[in-house]
Amino acid sequence: MDDLVVHGPLARPEGSSLVTSLSRDASAATGEVAVRLRGIGKRFPGVIANDDINIDVARGSIHAVVGENGAGKSTLMKILYGVQPPDSGTIEVNGTELALSTPADAIKAGIGMVFQHFMLADNLTVLENVVLGAESLHGIGGAARAKVAEISAAYGLGIDPDRRVEDLGVGARQRVEILKVLYRGARIIILDEPTAVLVPQEVDELFGNLRELKREGLSVIFISHKLDEVLSVADEITVIRRGTTVATVDPRSVTSRQLAELMVGSELPTPQTEASTVTDEVMLSVRGLGLRGPDGRAVLDDISFDIHRGEILGIAGVEGNGQSELVEAVMGMRGGAEGAVVLSGRDIAGLSTRARREAGIGYVPEDRHRHGLLLDAPLWENRVLGHQTREPSARRGVIRRRAARADTQRIIDAYDVRTPGTEVPARALSGGNQQKLIVGREMSADPVLLIASHPTRGVDVGAQGAIWDHIKRARREGLAVLLISADLDELIGLSDRIEVVLRGRLVGTFDPSAVTPEELGSAMTGAGDAAPTTTTEETRG
Amino acid sequence: MNVRLTKVALAIGAPLLALALAFAITSLVLLAAGDPVGEVWAQIISWPEARNQVNILNNATVLFLSGLAVSIGFRMNLFNIGVDGQYRVAVFAAAAVAGEGWLPGYLNTALAIVCAMLAGAAWAGIAGVLKATRGVSEVIATIMLNFIATALVAYLLAKVAVREEGSNVIGTAPVPEGSRIPGIQMWSDIPTEIYGFIVFAVLVGVAYWFTLNKTRFGFELRATGRSASAAVASGISVRRMTITTMMLSGAVAGLVGLPILFGTSPYNYGSTFQSGLGFAGIAIALLGRNHPVGIALGALLFAFLDEQSNPLQILVGVSPDIVAITQGVIVLTVVVSYELVRRYGARLEQRRVAAQLARESAAAKDPRPTTKEAAR
Repeated sequence: MDDLVVHGPLARPEGSSLVTSLSRDASAATGEVAVRLRGIGKRFPGVIANDDINIDVARGSIHAVVGENGAGKSTLMKILYGVQPPDSGTIEVNGTELALSTPADAIKAGIGMVFQHFMLADNLTVLENVVLGAESLHGIGGAARAKVAEISAAYGLGIDPDRRVEDLGVGARQRVEILKVLYRGARIIILDEPTAVLVPQEVDELFGNLRELKREGLSVIFISHKLDEVLSVADEITVIRRGTTVATVDPRSVTSRQLAELMVGSELPTPQTEASTVTDEVMLSVRGLGLRGPDGRAVLDDISFDIHRGEILGIAGVEGNGQSELVEAVMGMRGGAEGAVVLSGRDIAGLSTRARREAGIGYVPEDRHRHGLLLDAPLWENRVLGHQTREPSARRGVIRRRAARADTQRIIDAYDVRTPGTEVPARALSGGNQQKLIVGREMSADPVLLIASHPTRGVDVGAQGAIWDHIKRARREGLAVLLISADLDELIGLSDRIEVVLRGRLVGTFDPSAVTPEELGSAMTGAGDAAPTTTTEETRG
Repeated sequence: MNVRLTKVALAIGAPLLALALAFAITSLVLLAAGDPVGEVWAQIISWPEARNQVNILNNATVLFLSGLAVSIGFRMNLFNIGVDGQYRVAVFAAAAVAGEGWLPGYLNTALAIVCAMLAGAAWAGIAGVLKATRGVSEVIATIMLNFIATALVAYLLAKVAVREEGSNVIGTAPVPEGSRIPGIQMWSDIPTEIYGFIVFAVLVGVAYWFTLNKTRFGFELRATGRSASAAVASGISVRRMTITTMMLSGAVAGLVGLPILFGTSPYNYGSTFQSGLGFAGIAIALLGRNHPVGIALGALLFAFLDEQSNPLQILVGVSPDIVAITQGVIVLTVVVSYELVRRYGARLEQRRVAAQLARESAAAKDPRPTTKEAAR
């Protein structure tokens, strides 16, 4: 491998991108600056989230802000939207300096934000959602409806104001969110990772909408870490690394590889697979695993795979294609799963999550705050969590504090968890140190299978390398590892075999030593070898 | 070391702050109404006489059990407002069973206590099952069950009651003499005695502390309270925990009325049986931070205020209800001051951790954590 690795499905050559290349209409930019950020800094205890951020967003342009998870993009956007004040620096909107202390101030200044997680009331209609909180603008009746229809038509959003939000798809909901901010008079629109929840066709549509907004003279700030999307839609790109702006570049004169270099610096460790340790002893065997969502649709459909001792099976897929459900079904956290799950010869499909853990499954969950930790509990209690039935944490139904503390200290030392001690609440640790604690905990009690869901998401580069080491060590020690990740280089670097999941089905097996991120990317979107513009709709019922 | 000291100071400071605020607000109410503030407080804060001391302890025993019952739910983020209904159903069941006198002596008492706990558990369990299976908020369910409990008990009481001669008061048959729990004589010169049940209450407090803080079950209960999603991932069945916790809370709630039933005349459950004990328990559990010692102190405080306010009308000409205002305000100030102190403590902790880590990494030669991979 080179000294540099490009993250994610981004080393794709021009033209073969999942989205149709949009014409970059830079001439729409008038050169006037809509938003000017100077020297923005923001500290949280123990973390510098933003430091000397400088960005100019031209009016009538799409300005992308890219950076890795945890680089400080979200903090910056919260500052710009008035959710939290900066510790230092200035914000100028259309040439006047503003102090934005609440989102209401930001809205008044013409700034609107579309959050990654939609904030819509499902049981209300589009119109009701749009006017909610903005009743004073055009009332709630005919005038408001006319205004909504007018905005929808002007920007080609194609929204029927009287549909209920619960009946809308993800792409349409996002357009409702955009309509909401336009309705409130926004001329500067912030989109936080808007494509994370979209399928490729919807991404195309969204980009069409964004071009429409640009044409009408609005400014769009587009936050992402998907570089080919950014390259195809943005007029200017600002790269944030470790909380500070490292460069602003013209997408026409930069390749995704160069952009990735800017994003990760030169510090990126590479996940290198060592000599194969795969044995022919099957540790985990999944057969015909199926699961239906609340709406009756299959979220997992006839999934079958084996993982051997000493093997890492990587699961690649666009987020929301059943990865989380697959993990939760194997862990027994979701009722209603069908099919067989056999762990070292024993069918565990009927067992509870606790029994499965006791049978030797270690679990690094994708959302450590929701599933991995008790944030307000001390580290030693977090060590006990999930191991409360086993030595050394407990004996005969009684928690053994001293032993648990001692074992927590062992994990802290062995896994290099940076903390002053075992009594500190988990919340006080940085993401990387929290994750190292979780990995250490899950590797104790001699598991035979390790399920690692996005194990390095949102952790710093140092912790990332350490966690990769631990996963490789687990493999050497003969564990079977199920690795789910959105980071294709992580998958390729660590896995012995990669399965691609698409709409709840496994659609292809790849050899990581031969596959490229581009090939994986096509399989993940179901494009296969077909033309990139026509993402073939899977015909499954 | 001084970290621990800070923690203790914060833990004590919060309730003191709450009390000070509550007294200040009560004083304002008195001032606004033109009542003699100084005299009211002088009476309330005066040292109680022996008779009053016994009453305070007895009342506190009952309130302590009520506070424990509520706090079991709190530890799992369940708000059991239904202690009131649960203890009513339970004490009625115990009184009906004990009054029959099927078993001799203390066997009869034991049977009645078990019946009370079962009845309380069953009544609270309804809310638990509704929450676990149908997602009904336990707050709503327990409030509704309070009303149903009142009506149900009144209805059943009419069926089993014996009317006292020359009175409109109806009640169950009194507990046979041999099954009553004798009081503890503290001062030989006064006739009032301390409930013998106080010993049992202390044991329940110890059991509560051990179960919640030391056992696996208690750990799972607290873990579920802190994060249900993390509990699921750790192999805890949140549904089962919800039902179990509600039933446990109800079982303890079932004990609330028993000191009165077994310890005071007329040794039965009747239409005049003391009510409202469950609601006081909510305030006391909040005040005591769900810790048995804290709950005991809170119960003593509430019992003290109640007892000391009794003669206010006669001595100062102020309605004793002023103390109910104080108690109510305490609930509000406690919630506010605990939250303030919690946030302050969390921020302090975070800063301390950051500072310590910064020192450590400064001490190490290279402040940046470099990885082996990067060095490769």
